[in-house]
Amino acid sequence: MAAHSAVLSVSRIINPIWGRHLGNTVKVFGTTLTSHRNKTLHVPPPAKYGGRHTVTLIPGDGIGPELLSHVVEVFRFSCVPVDFEVVHVNSALEAEDDIDNAITAIRRNGVALKGNIETKHTMPPSMKSRNNLLRTSLDLYANVMHCQSLPGVQTRHRNIDIMIIRENTEGEYSSLEHESVSGVVECLKIITRSNSLRIAEYAFQLAREKGRRRVTAVHKANIMKLGDGLFLQCCREVASGYPDITFDSMIVDNTTMQLVSKPQQFDVMVMPNLYGNVVSNVCAGLVGGPGLVPGANYGRDYAVFETATRNTGKSVAGKNIANPTAMLLASCMMLDHLKLYNYANLIRNAVLTTMNETRLHTADLGGQGTTSEVVQSIMRIIQSKGQLTADI
Amino acid sequence: PAGALRSTPSSTPGTTRGMVQDPTQFDVLVMPNLYGDILSDLCAGLIGGLGVTPSGNIGANGVAIFESVHGTAPDIAGLDLANPTALLLSGVMMLRHMGLHQYAAKIQTACFDTIKEKKVLTKDLGGNSKCSEFTTEICRRVQDLA
Repeated sequence: MAAHSAVLSVSRIINPIWGRHLGNTVKVFGTTLTSHRNKTLHVPPPAKYGGRHTVTLIPGDGIGPELLSHVVEVFRFSCVPVDFEVVHVNSALEAEDDIDNAITAIRRNGVALKGNIETKHTMPPSMKSRNNLLRTSLDLYANVMHCQSLPGVQTRHRNIDIMIIRENTEGEYSSLEHESVSGVVECLKIITRSNSLRIAEYAFQLAREKGRRRVTAVHKANIMKLGDGLFLQCCREVASGYPDITFDSMIVDNTTMQLVSKPQQFDVMVMPNLYGNVVSNVCAGLVGGPGLVPGANYGRDYAVFETATRNTGKSVAGKNIANPTAMLLASCMMLDHLKLYNYANLIRNAVLTTMNETRLHTADLGGQGTTSEVVQSIMRIIQSKGQLTADI
Repeated sequence: PAGALRSTPSSTPGTTRGMVQDPTQFDVLVMPNLYGDILSDLCAGLIGGLGVTPSGNIGANGVAIFESVHGTAPDIAGLDLANPTALLLSGVMMLRHMGLHQYAAKIQTACFDTIKEKKVLTKDLGGNSKCSEFTTEICRRVQDLA
């Protein structure tokens, strides 16, 4: 107990925002807390040696491998001090060795960048989704997605700026189904008080940190009175501790209707797993599509970055037409997480300049650029900034 | 003909995204309860909202209840301001269900033409006509179509 409060007081000095909650586990986003001296918390040390970070890279399926190779290319070109440990996961195998190796690698390095691992419908139901296994094993409880309208992208609605925080480990994705009577399947949706409090806490903390004014909880508590009712109750409890932030709630079907007619009304949204999946896809569609939005999965000790809408993009794989924006922006989020802010901003600005000023767009945005042309343009802009770069 | 039908399974999130980006790619969608709840409201938002969205609940042996999906709107009840389109089109669905296709087609055409012409519209559609005026206009068109 004494050691615990010593860590809390250390964290309060280092980072006043995170240290404010007594009795909660100290929140660590990846490797930010410096208390590796305190062994009782078992915070893994950062995978950093000689000033270079090691990050796990999981290529995944579909467009994952090619997009991640572009990330590696841009990083190498910009002399980013990150080395990638590549771990392949074969989605066609039933054995869990591959995904276990990937999870171990992420535990070792603390941070990962991944493409989506395909979950084939043809595999037996006992075979769990690899992506889901990864998220639950590492307890990456918060999925964060920031949807912003980009000036260079034509969309029906403008001025969208929504942060979506989705509970990432339970809910409808608990993979608990049974068929006690043939032809009658029961599927369990799990909502726990602790996970709901945790995600609500995360949402409000993030809202405060980013200076956002309003948090909206999305639910269906009128039908799922106990499940979503509990979630909503937990959100309300947490909200009472943040009087500076407005809290309201909205039923999920009304939410989707509001999103497609007046998306500007939303600020920060927090919700259980399935609604998060639906709402994030709607928002991704609103700002221009799956090729644009990066996503991050945060846990207490680990962070995994990927595209927000998690699709394998099989139909566009291998044709050099996929949009590299989402994956590149995800890699910038990762650099921010590693505190390599200069590199993050350098690459991010180059990506956004290509998108908004040069307006070199791939096919999904109605343009004619190939993936490699867009990446080349990004690297040219990086080079023009005068920082140290390798040869193209 | 049944042979011309094509069915494609599509995940809910992919569908919602596709719906936002290009809803014209979809024709008929069938799904379980919760997804239907979400998607039907999403689509209602795409076509102009709850004031214009009809629905029907079909059971066995032809038993069916047709209803608009909007609520009771107590704030405008009794003031001759409401948009009757949703309930009217639900009525049209009912007529089709009963096999009264000609009547259904006539009323639907009259209703759509009235909205298209934009001269007599209720407040939620951007006009300032009363509910009764809107209805009278539709009735006039129905008579002209007879």
